[in-house]
Amino acid sequence: MRRLIIVAVPYLWLLALFLIPFLIVLKISLSDIALARPPYMPQLDLSGGWQAIRDFVSQLDFENFVFLTTDDLYWKAYLSSLRIAAVATFITLLVGYPIAYAMARATPEWRPTLLMLVILPFWTSFLIRVYSWMGILGNEGVLNQVLLWAGLITEPLQILNTTTAVYIGIVYTYLPFMILPIYSTLERMDESLLEAAEDLGCSRLSAFWLVTFPLSRNGIVAGCFLVFIPAIGEFVIPSLLGGSQTLMIGKVLWEEFFNNRDWPVASAVAVVLLLILIIPIVLFQRTEEKAREAER
Amino acid sequence: MRRFSWFNATSLTLGFAFLYLPMIILVIYSFNRSQLVTVWAGFSTRWYGELLTNQEFLDAAWVTLKVAVFSSTLATVLGTMAAYAIVRMGRFPGRTLFSGMIYAPLVMPEVITGLSLLLLFIGIGLDRGVLTIVLAHTTFSMCYVSVVVSSRLANFDRALEEAALDLGCSPFDAFRLVTLPIIAPAVISGWLLAFTLSLDDLVIASFTTGPSATTLPIKIFSSIRLGVSPEINALSTVLIGIVTVGVITASLISKRAAVQAERETRAGERTTG
Repeated sequence: MRRLIIVAVPYLWLLALFLIPFLIVLKISLSDIALARPPYMPQLDLSGGWQAIRDFVSQLDFENFVFLTTDDLYWKAYLSSLRIAAVATFITLLVGYPIAYAMARATPEWRPTLLMLVILPFWTSFLIRVYSWMGILGNEGVLNQVLLWAGLITEPLQILNTTTAVYIGIVYTYLPFMILPIYSTLERMDESLLEAAEDLGCSRLSAFWLVTFPLSRNGIVAGCFLVFIPAIGEFVIPSLLGGSQTLMIGKVLWEEFFNNRDWPVASAVAVVLLLILIIPIVLFQRTEEKAREAER
Repeated sequence: MRRFSWFNATSLTLGFAFLYLPMIILVIYSFNRSQLVTVWAGFSTRWYGELLTNQEFLDAAWVTLKVAVFSSTLATVLGTMAAYAIVRMGRFPGRTLFSGMIYAPLVMPEVITGLSLLLLFIGIGLDRGVLTIVLAHTTFSMCYVSVVVSSRLANFDRALEEAALDLGCSPFDAFRLVTLPIIAPAVISGWLLAFTLSLDDLVIASFTTGPSATTLPIKIFSSIRLGVSPEINALSTVLIGIVTVGVITASLISKRAAVQAERETRAGERTTG
């Protein structure tokens, strides 16, 4: 009996507050907008019996999804989210790899401290970390003041409210997610392999490319997915740092829902976003499983 | 001999400068006297004073704290149960769906989670406010708790539990007296994680709240949309300070626990060996 409760309570909770809500989104994405509250049609009235259910199903259609393909705002937003997430992931890798590498090469007494320094920002509010860049990148921000003072520029650079600021925001906030998996693969690496490579006549650089880099592949792949997947649906970063020309789908969904109050289209945007995300998520799980098997 | 080169030293210095400078600048500017956030006009704690008298921020902080305490506690209970079910129950009907539902919220974009929960609450006619935010936060943070706890559960020696059962413990007592103390560090860090996630969340709270409940992130977001404000700098500094003290304390405690555990295992090895 107790065993049953242990499974049943979290199970029912997730069914009621995760699966069913998602089915509702799916259903509303097939519905039409209506001006009454809640603003969508049709609504299922089970008291009407079978006839009501049949009517209900016959009124559902793919109109919202067709609408998404005809208005180029949406597919441009999907594409630009994918592109921004991909570019930002690549930059995060370039920034994160040397840090992870240096951490793994630090003396063992130093490593827990370095690790804590990487994890600490993760516990700090995401919103505040994004906000901190608003004061730096603005036209009168710290960065422009420093550059003007140094005489490197003659008039302030417009960085805030551009896509560049969005890249900086993503790299900054997701950097720990890139560093940690790479660090953990590099830390476990057997260093005698490097010595062997050098004894056999490899230069340090080619030893890195031929030995270290391939051995850290699992960490790189994991880190890239951990940055790429959440970056696609990001809302806070583009809305605070991005400008009007920065199209990201998380922001489009938010605006569709809160500003236009078009629930069916917002739901359709969500469904398509999820379909896009399924591919990287499945790929990620597969590589994780493979990595786990390889360790055994 | 470890190679610690100039290259490594440089990348660590630049890397940590990148991670910490923005927050340090934010903290420095929170002590700026000027209303104009970009011009330095001398040291002042004026904005902290204004923060303390700003009733809206205080109310929002109180709502946030309530939500975080309730949702993280509930999430810890549910997440630990879920972890136990996944690791210990073996096969049960619907296990695949169950583990899928535990992992899915971890990768689900917040906008989708928020939207779907809002549509549920409207569908069942639940008034939106503190309760609905608690329900929403519990749902996604229980998944994080269950991941943290299940990795600990999977790693510990089951023989200990079986010994307790053999010695006449009921399964519940075996859990309470043997399993729970062993997984306690994971349960505590799960709670802390859930608590921070809840404190931090803007998107899901914005979708699931009503006019009656404004959380701190929602309040911060609406005031920074228009630009940088000195009051928010002060508030951010307070929050950064709390997190820093919390994380350092937690890591010192866990370090001490690890040292103690090692001592105990060594003592155990001596007595058995």
